[in-house]
Amino acid sequence: MNAPEKIETFRHIGTRPVRPDGVDKVTGKALYGTDFKAPGMLWGAILRSPHPHARILSIDTRAAEKLAGVKAVATGKDLPTLESLVMHVGEGASDIVDISHNCLAFDKVLYEGHPVAAVAAITPELAREAAALISVEYEVLPHVLGLEEALADDAPLIREPAKGGTGETPSNVAMDVTMGRGEVEAALSGAAVVVEGRYTMEPVHQGYIEPHACVASWNGDGQAQIWCSSQGHFMVRSLTASVLAIPQSDIRVTPLEIGGGFGGKTTVYLEPVAMILSRKSGRPVRLGMSREDVFRATGPAPGAIIDVRLGADADGTLVAAEVTFKYHSGAFAANDAGAGVSSAIGHYRIANTRVSGIEVLCNRPAAKAYRAPGAPQVNFAVESAMDELAIRLGMDPLELRMKNAARPGDLQTSGLPWGEIGWMQCLEAAKAHPHWSAPLGPNQGRGIAGGYWGNYGGPSTVNLSVAEDGTFTVATGSPDIGGSRASMAIMAAEVLEVPYEQVRCVVADTSSIGLSFVTGGSRTTFATGMATVEAAREVKRLLCERAARTWQVPAQHVEWRDGHAVCTSGERQGSKMSAAQVAGSSLHSGGPVTATSALSAQGWLPGFGFHICDVEVDQETGHVSIVRYTAVQDVGRAIHADYVEGQIQGGVAQGIGWALNETYIYNKDGKLENPGFLDYRMPVASDMPMIDTVMVEVPNPVHPYGVKGVGEVPIVPPLAAVANAVRAATGKRMRSLPMSPDKVHAALHGEG
Amino acid sequence: MPSPAFHAPDTVEGVVALLSGDPTARPLGGGTDLIVQMRSGRIAPGAVVDLKRIAALSGVRREGDVFVIGAATRCTALKDNADLCAAWPGVVEAANLIGSVQVRNRATMAGNLCNASPAADSVPALVAAGATCVVAGPAGTREVAVQDIPVSPGKTSLASGEFVVEFRLPARGARAGDAYLRSIPRTEMDIAVVGVGANLDLDAEGTCTAARIALGAVAPTVVLVEAAGAALVGTKLDDGALSAMVEAVTAACAPIDDKRGTVAYRKAMAGVLAKRTVQIAAERAGAKA
Repeated sequence: MNAPEKIETFRHIGTRPVRPDGVDKVTGKALYGTDFKAPGMLWGAILRSPHPHARILSIDTRAAEKLAGVKAVATGKDLPTLESLVMHVGEGASDIVDISHNCLAFDKVLYEGHPVAAVAAITPELAREAAALISVEYEVLPHVLGLEEALADDAPLIREPAKGGTGETPSNVAMDVTMGRGEVEAALSGAAVVVEGRYTMEPVHQGYIEPHACVASWNGDGQAQIWCSSQGHFMVRSLTASVLAIPQSDIRVTPLEIGGGFGGKTTVYLEPVAMILSRKSGRPVRLGMSREDVFRATGPAPGAIIDVRLGADADGTLVAAEVTFKYHSGAFAANDAGAGVSSAIGHYRIANTRVSGIEVLCNRPAAKAYRAPGAPQVNFAVESAMDELAIRLGMDPLELRMKNAARPGDLQTSGLPWGEIGWMQCLEAAKAHPHWSAPLGPNQGRGIAGGYWGNYGGPSTVNLSVAEDGTFTVATGSPDIGGSRASMAIMAAEVLEVPYEQVRCVVADTSSIGLSFVTGGSRTTFATGMATVEAAREVKRLLCERAARTWQVPAQHVEWRDGHAVCTSGERQGSKMSAAQVAGSSLHSGGPVTATSALSAQGWLPGFGFHICDVEVDQETGHVSIVRYTAVQDVGRAIHADYVEGQIQGGVAQGIGWALNETYIYNKDGKLENPGFLDYRMPVASDMPMIDTVMVEVPNPVHPYGVKGVGEVPIVPPLAAVANAVRAATGKRMRSLPMSPDKVHAALHGEG
Repeated sequence: MPSPAFHAPDTVEGVVALLSGDPTARPLGGGTDLIVQMRSGRIAPGAVVDLKRIAALSGVRREGDVFVIGAATRCTALKDNADLCAAWPGVVEAANLIGSVQVRNRATMAGNLCNASPAADSVPALVAAGATCVVAGPAGTREVAVQDIPVSPGKTSLASGEFVVEFRLPARGARAGDAYLRSIPRTEMDIAVVGVGANLDLDAEGTCTAARIALGAVAPTVVLVEAAGAALVGTKLDDGALSAMVEAVTAACAPIDDKRGTVAYRKAMAGVLAKRTVQIAAERAGAKA
């Protein structure tokens, strides 16, 4: 390999300083969504549909309104009628009419748990009592949950056909995406080996610990405040303003600490409803979900049916791939098919490809982004098929992947070339890792899988200001989910050449900083980081300029060195001023020192990961234990190494949960049977081995510190890595998730 | 919305009086089922009667060879009694599979029993052990076999005003052992899909002289499978005896298909776990492998 042209050394980048939000969180002082209270606040409650599909014939709220202590009641009729308008807020696009109808059903309920009415009262008990007094008359409609059932000719239609007709046959297909090139059928028929299979799974939930909650206060003069936790308070502002048809600047959204989102907090469920209740009552109103509400009414990742065909020459060269999938969209159009198509097979060089996916409306809550949305499902199918192909070819599965791995310049499925990707380096690092050659015990098997995620950039605003004592405050518009306050402080301190503790970072409200997209798409360290670096560079320039003015020397004679302005030539050569000295005298040198960077970050690069998983299968019970796990990932460059490793471990843990036990269970009446963490089985700590991480650093040349998004990639490969390990341990290929003990037992022993 | 009254009497008679005075009143042990059910709105008792103020109801004591466990004894506290752990390791382990550590620091076996879930972890172990419980009520006290307390999911045989005061674990032979295993999809913090308790007595030659096998989560209540025990008595727990025991266990299963498991899987697991449980109990009883 070529030696790098220049070895960069850093003061802070890649270190592991203490997180600035840590003390508040471990001492319980941090204010999360449910912690916020406003003076005079009322408690809201939402009445939800007991039916998966029904027409609302009438809603009688009189009994609720008469109850003493009830201050407001709202139904879908209280929301303005909107024209269709597609909103882009950073993680997929949504039609504002859908968002409105999801907040409060208009004429039909589309899933069990769909909000129908809301009340605000002086106590939470009264609010719940009042909600129960609302009488709703329904005409129950036939419901449909399954993908193939929803596509059948006689399936109930979730979306009402357009009035007058569009010429198209009405169906539950909400989105249809196809990409590819070449002659797939011809290449498959000429291939030495073809594997094919159908892979299936039910929806899974993001499983964030903190349920959704907000407080809204809307005054008679039209101005409003909202306090909530979300992945983007600017998203909350724009969606709430659009649903209510009011100016965005009339709403100030203050972000609270967020207890996990994983993509699921990139929309609004409660805020427009709390606003309506506040306007009607004249008081601040709190709305919050229970865990049951979260499971019944917030976005799962889609379940899927995926058909794969892979063809290879006898030497293992892939010649053709066809991937066709169906994803649950739920009650409204979702956004996973496009990313599913572009995340399916782009990590291999294949001349002939066709990848197509559809989203299918059904009577489930509207699917919502979940960590690399759309990618894990399709990757499970493709990487399982790759494992099968290696077995058929008699090839080492890692060698098969290395032989076909995409390199920089190779074409993605979209036809665009890959940039500086580190996929091959991940495969090489895995091959060299001791895990790859470690011996296995009885009933154990080893599986591998690789995957990727496109990542994103986009709009971010950062303000960096200097206090009178020369300390720095970075204000961003990006909620801190994955350690962004620490990462921004590291990057600013790197630019300013000052100690990490001299820079503090806050998440500013929507009226205090410029537009920033959601913390999603693994964009924040990249895009907001770019804005932070740009603002820090400008502050550094300003500090030098102020020193020059103080010394009365030309600006070009002053440089920033080791946290000080230094005069480099002329009479004052060698003079130094610290940030504190410059800032302390800024009153006389031109006023406060501050810089704002507002940008739409371009040049982001995808992340690639490669995972090795060892399982042990109890052949009598079907229990799968993960005994060793190693995740290798190209991280660009790690800014805060602990957070990067934590992201990788967290993604793997969620992926293992998806692989082994997580699933939605509906009964025949279309009602969710497991809306809680007891029976929706996310992994517990004792289910997990230590997850070993290997950070491969192939820097992004566009980013000042080489950042590539890291948060989403690690959930992509685990599904297939675990399934391939189960195959190795048992000889059985599990094509349906989750691989729960009863299903593995049935595969090993037959159903009876 | 009225809040329930909270009482904390310091005598058994005080509890009986309060429970008799309000048929909706509920005794409170650890509260890990009761409080959760109240919060979810599933039950709304008029009064809650805390048992923990009665000193005699917390802790483990010996009466001769009998272990007496107070109804308010926390599950984790059982582990602190070395004699109990040596004599009835299966019972202590079963009680310490319930919920999480935090839950077990509050939860009691009496609560686990009187919640009357067929999947209660401590109950198959107690039934296999031949445990009884002392029940106090308006008519005085009576001693009842543990398996006679639950009658169906959520329902017990306790009459109005009655509550469980303590468990009694019988005297132990020199070569005896018990064990409890359960099937759950995860490794902890879950509800048994199947639970199996086994309790064996062996003679000096290793021949089984008594055996009790109890199953959880395969019927509306925990089931004592007498035929399974009988299949082991008189044998040296050879493969043939174990197969006959498994057959009896499988035949005694009358599970349902639900979100936690299928009929087929539950039956299969009852057999697998019964065999494993008996083998652990035999090892503890000193059987030669």
